[in-house]
Amino acid sequence: MTGVAIISAMAVWGAGWFVNVRLSKTVAADTRLVRFLVPIIFGLTILIIWELLVRLLGISAVILPPPTVIAERFASEGPRLWADFEQTVIKGAMTGYICGGLAAFAVALLADRSPFLTRGILPVGGFMAALPIVGTAPIFVKWLGSDWQSKAAVVGVMVFFPILVNTVAGLRDTTSMQRDLMRTYGAGYWSTLFKLRLPAAMPFIFNGLKIATTLALIGAIVAEFFGSPTVGMGFRISTSVGQLALDMVWAEIVVAAIAGSAFYGLIAWIEGRMTFWHPSQRK
Amino acid sequence: MKSALPVLTVIAAILLIWIVAVVPMNIHLTADQAQRDGLAVTPETPVERQAYSGLGLTFRNPGLIAQTFVQERPRLPSPHQVGAELWKTVVDTRITSKRSLVYHGWVTLSATLLGFAIGTGLGILLAVGIVYNRAMDMSVMPWAIASQTIPILALAPMIIVMLGAIGIQGLFPKAIISAYLSFFPVVVGMVKGLRSPDMMQLDLLRTYYASPSQGFWKLRLPASVPYLFASLKIGISASLVGAIVAELPTGARAGFGARMLVGDQYGQPLVTWAALFAAAITAAALVGFFGLVERLTLRRMGMQTA
Repeated sequence: MTGVAIISAMAVWGAGWFVNVRLSKTVAADTRLVRFLVPIIFGLTILIIWELLVRLLGISAVILPPPTVIAERFASEGPRLWADFEQTVIKGAMTGYICGGLAAFAVALLADRSPFLTRGILPVGGFMAALPIVGTAPIFVKWLGSDWQSKAAVVGVMVFFPILVNTVAGLRDTTSMQRDLMRTYGAGYWSTLFKLRLPAAMPFIFNGLKIATTLALIGAIVAEFFGSPTVGMGFRISTSVGQLALDMVWAEIVVAAIAGSAFYGLIAWIEGRMTFWHPSQRK
Repeated sequence: MKSALPVLTVIAAILLIWIVAVVPMNIHLTADQAQRDGLAVTPETPVERQAYSGLGLTFRNPGLIAQTFVQERPRLPSPHQVGAELWKTVVDTRITSKRSLVYHGWVTLSATLLGFAIGTGLGILLAVGIVYNRAMDMSVMPWAIASQTIPILALAPMIIVMLGAIGIQGLFPKAIISAYLSFFPVVVGMVKGLRSPDMMQLDLLRTYYASPSQGFWKLRLPASVPYLFASLKIGISASLVGAIVAELPTGARAGFGARMLVGDQYGQPLVTWAALFAAAITAAALVGFFGLVERLTLRRMGMQTA
């Protein structure tokens, strides 16, 4: 049985790989369709091998459930997964992301008025962004209770520093030529800010916002490990692991993956609309 | 060194905000304690005091301000309390003791470093594969990029249980999570770095009749070093976060994560705060170490430090 399993898995791998190698060497390799198709085929190959190995080797669902079982669970637990999504992503992550982002933006604008503060904030903020801020989760849960407010606070602190550092760096990203031009136009601080410096800072700000999307979800999920109401993705993951219901855990991970990609995609889409003039957006 | 003064100013400002915040955060606790000790507190019962905000209660009891800084179980410990706890558990405790943060730090750090080594090694190998094999590039790269938008840390408890079920426990599961987190930044950074030589340079090597392996060792690999270090610095802090989070859901007995959890569950905020700061210092030291190695290596190679 083991032999059959390994041989069939290798056959699937070989077939998938063969198709991809052929596809990538065709003339059409640079078309959008093929660029889209190749990773899909690769992903499907992995899923089929996973399914085959788990079924044929009889791996217990406690260790690794096959993809079809996960998909079934995903389909049948729709309402519960939606409630978890709402609690963790909408209430926890989004609220924290927006508050943390606005706070970082405000502090960046204030600090920007003084070059002295800017020089201090850039290294300190960059340093803080590298620290394991997730560790503050138990403290915030103790202060703000176990509902979504504490998660939003953790998320807010986590996203604060990357957005702050990028905004401050972006606001400095104008040449003295450009600033002089604004001065010859007789532009004051505010019109220089809105017409020159903020637009010039946009690519940096969006870079920070994109880094922060992943951090926001991580913060919201991990903070739930420290205490949460009986709903939420982190809560469901930790309790389902305890009940050895791994298909449920995987279903939550699918939700997290979709939410993470969608969140990132949303910010990237807004970036594309707002910084269409920037070289990095040219197609 | 020009930015030393601004940096110190910002740090001083943060410390000041912290110290000021200690008073209203702890005033309710302090008032309750003071009443038990027989001191006069202005609204007299705890229930009445709950109606006041932290600031309001502070203004009614200015005499209690000094005591908010020395509570045994504060909501927000003051900086000197955290410092004292750190000193006590790092310097004054034997490192073999279960209370020593050096002991716990080593537990977390060993998992971090093992995972980081695995993740970086595999990441570099995969990056080389991606650069030299077009099919691999087209199939794996989109997934590598997409996986960065996924909260991978959510997988941590499951990986630990999965590995636990097949009999692997202790250091290794944590290292796997660390490896997983440092893997993708390294892949993405290295692919960028190995592709950074431009057409002119590649053509030059071709005119020298250089073999592909010479092209790799003499041009692509050296060119990728600055990118590698940038990824290593991201990867090592991600690895540390991974190792800490991996200790949380499983009720690990040792490590920074375990200390945070213990402090949380047994109502010893100082333990949590000390573990948090120790973890932060460790992360800073690791990132700083790679920054130093980066500067030395790039100088030896005649490149400019980014």
